[in-house]
Amino acid sequence: MANANREPFENKFVEWVDSRLPVFTMIQKEYGVFPTPKNFNYFWNFGALAMVMLVTMIASGVILAMHYTPNAALAFNSVERITRDVNYGWLLRYLHMNGASMFFIAVYIHIFRGLYYGSYKQPRELLWIFGIIIFLLMMATAFMGYTLPWSQMSGWGATVITSLFSAIPLVGEGLVTWLWGGFSVDNPTLNRFFALHYLLPFLICAVVGLHVWALHVVGSNNPTGIDPKGPQDTLPFNPYYTIKDMFGLSIFLIAYAFLIFYAPTLLTHQDHFVPFNPMVTPAHIVPEWYFLPFYAILRSITFDFTIYLIVAGAAGAVLIYNYCWRKTPCEKTKPFFPALIAVAVIFGIPAVLLAFFKDVEALKGIIGMIPFAGVHLIEAKLGGVLAMFGSILLLAVLPWLDRHPVRSGRYRPWYRVALIAFVASAVLLGYIGAKPAEQPFITIGQLATLYYFGFLLVIVPWLSHNEPVAVLPNSIHEAVLAEKK
Amino acid sequence: MQQKFLLTLSFAALLIAAPAHAAPEAAPVKATVEGSAPAATATEGAAATDAASDATPAAPAPAADGNAMTKTDGDAQTMEADGKTAAETHGAAPAEEGGHHAPSLPQEEWSWSGPFGVFDRHQLQRGFQVYKQVCASCHGLSRIYFRNLSALGYNEAEIKSIAAETQVMDGPDDSGDMFERPGRPSDHFKSPFANDNAARAANGGALPPDLSLIVRARADGSNYVHALLTGYEAAPAGFTLTQGMHYNKYFAGHQIAMPQPLMDGSVTYEDGTPNTIDQMSRDVTAFLTWASEPNMEKRKQVGLKVMLFMFAFAGLMYATKRKVWKDVH
Repeated sequence: MANANREPFENKFVEWVDSRLPVFTMIQKEYGVFPTPKNFNYFWNFGALAMVMLVTMIASGVILAMHYTPNAALAFNSVERITRDVNYGWLLRYLHMNGASMFFIAVYIHIFRGLYYGSYKQPRELLWIFGIIIFLLMMATAFMGYTLPWSQMSGWGATVITSLFSAIPLVGEGLVTWLWGGFSVDNPTLNRFFALHYLLPFLICAVVGLHVWALHVVGSNNPTGIDPKGPQDTLPFNPYYTIKDMFGLSIFLIAYAFLIFYAPTLLTHQDHFVPFNPMVTPAHIVPEWYFLPFYAILRSITFDFTIYLIVAGAAGAVLIYNYCWRKTPCEKTKPFFPALIAVAVIFGIPAVLLAFFKDVEALKGIIGMIPFAGVHLIEAKLGGVLAMFGSILLLAVLPWLDRHPVRSGRYRPWYRVALIAFVASAVLLGYIGAKPAEQPFITIGQLATLYYFGFLLVIVPWLSHNEPVAVLPNSIHEAVLAEKK
Repeated sequence: MQQKFLLTLSFAALLIAAPAHAAPEAAPVKATVEGSAPAATATEGAAATDAASDATPAAPAPAADGNAMTKTDGDAQTMEADGKTAAETHGAAPAEEGGHHAPSLPQEEWSWSGPFGVFDRHQLQRGFQVYKQVCASCHGLSRIYFRNLSALGYNEAEIKSIAAETQVMDGPDDSGDMFERPGRPSDHFKSPFANDNAARAANGGALPPDLSLIVRARADGSNYVHALLTGYEAAPAGFTLTQGMHYNKYFAGHQIAMPQPLMDGSVTYEDGTPNTIDQMSRDVTAFLTWASEPNMEKRKQVGLKVMLFMFAFAGLMYATKRKVWKDVH
């Protein structure tokens, strides 16, 4: 029992509660004296900031729900009533709609922190996976929240995203009808999205609980990536990190307040102020900014996965596995590599021609001669959906893709460069996601997508075995002292 | 103990900041371009495309799914898409249905731009006059209630008399009959047509949108409304204008069903302000900007307090952080 080594509290009420349910002991242990590496930089604020945003979103959302009407005929008007007539309703609405953006900003920086400093590595794999689950739940919640104002963007965004499920073979069409609760996005869709939008944040809370629990078992990573070796490496969480988080939070809230009070619709498409009309399709259906990179990945798969692509891809995968994932290629299969390379090239040429050069006038003759060009295993639409979900799910297995013994990007110059390019590719994809699906944006998006997956599936595994292992400082304390000089 | 003191100090800062918003002045700061989402792009290629296929080749185009409901009007010329639409929905966004890029909007200086920008009450009243005497014959403004007009500087008696100019359908009475009565401050503005079909019938098939949210529902809305109202000109040589359509520089596709609404002298201002097209369109733009977000001034006032508090609070937090961390390392 935890009670056995519990220190009694002086305050009688606190002691009465704590001896029955040791919440105060727990808070004292986990947030009071909790030993925390002393070298955190401001990147370590963003977990707490995301937590504050979660609470803000739930608090503002619960009050908004008291005034909102989840009915296709009334939803848009009720949101306008909130903005115009409910006391401080405009503030609630702007808090909530811009809060989503701030939540994602905090979470994206939090994820970047994890990537850069190797926070996903052993022993924090499970902690990392909980984080990715939270991210997925956030995306689902944000998407459903996006539909609630029942604007043009809401209704059409919901139509596009739910229609993605129709790409699933055999059951897709039925699944979409089931999701909609009808044959188009309509009142039943709005009702269930509202119910789920209200439910999912509490699931997020639960997973956040697991995330924090796992964190407090293994302890925080830090900018050096070196485990704390003793008291000289750590500080008690309070007051050192409570006050540092408070300062970081103040700055973050200034940015948030700027959006709310001076640019409440800066991140919102103007079609969000037009009521949904199933008869009029907007020219551009764009998701909120935080989904744009994934939307761009979805749209980058413009080609079917022909037999050529699959055979060349399979041969390439065996080679990548042997030369990038493994430390040394498998001796038994090595004699077949020249043949595999030949297969990859021979099938790769028609695969690339069919996938990317179909519209080039000069090549039409050659492409026309390729047999079985129409045979494919995965349609472009399904390929796009798989790529989009894969781009997130691959992050979840990153701890097993990256086997390099050094955690922090601070001591991994090669990884650092590749990671910054990865972030740049994600930002570029975000830009492409906001552009119409036409050249040159399609090709740029495809190249960025290629790098996105190349980083995760080729570069990171290859670096695991090939990036030199730097000599690390002996301890956090030593690293901090070295920095001071 | 010390932290408690700092907290008290922070709240003191809030109280000091409270009256600081008094007499905000119109600052000629360039407008924060609200509503310009990162994706605010002009239409390319075919007009009124089925958007899903335009937006995502990987995603199913609703129209291509054989879902007839999502089929859009292929006729790019009219601002009005086919089908029965709620008045506000029509022409979902201006850029969507034209086949051409509209020229970039002239960036005007507005009194309400910037963090301290406020409306000019006289201008709002003039704009209301333009709306009432010109726009209201075709366009509704149904999200505005007569009581909201107090924000334009009208007193209660004036609002009552403005409301009473309108006849409002009410009922049923005790014998079950509907009846008309003069409007009250609690009534919303009455739309000029009974329904969308009546509006179309009276406007050659075109549906004049409700203007309650027009400034928010268009990219760079204030500049757009002003540009549109002043953008009428003769069609250039070689441009085929569909019958019943009008040429407008700033309307996507350049063909708009609405005839030029404002002419020099369309309304007569009581305060002697020159009634040029440009002046009237500025005034009505001010009025419609207010109508799109009647709480804008309140928002900025609260924002100033919050900002002053937050900066003071952040400063205190930083000082405390420095103090706490002084002996570490």
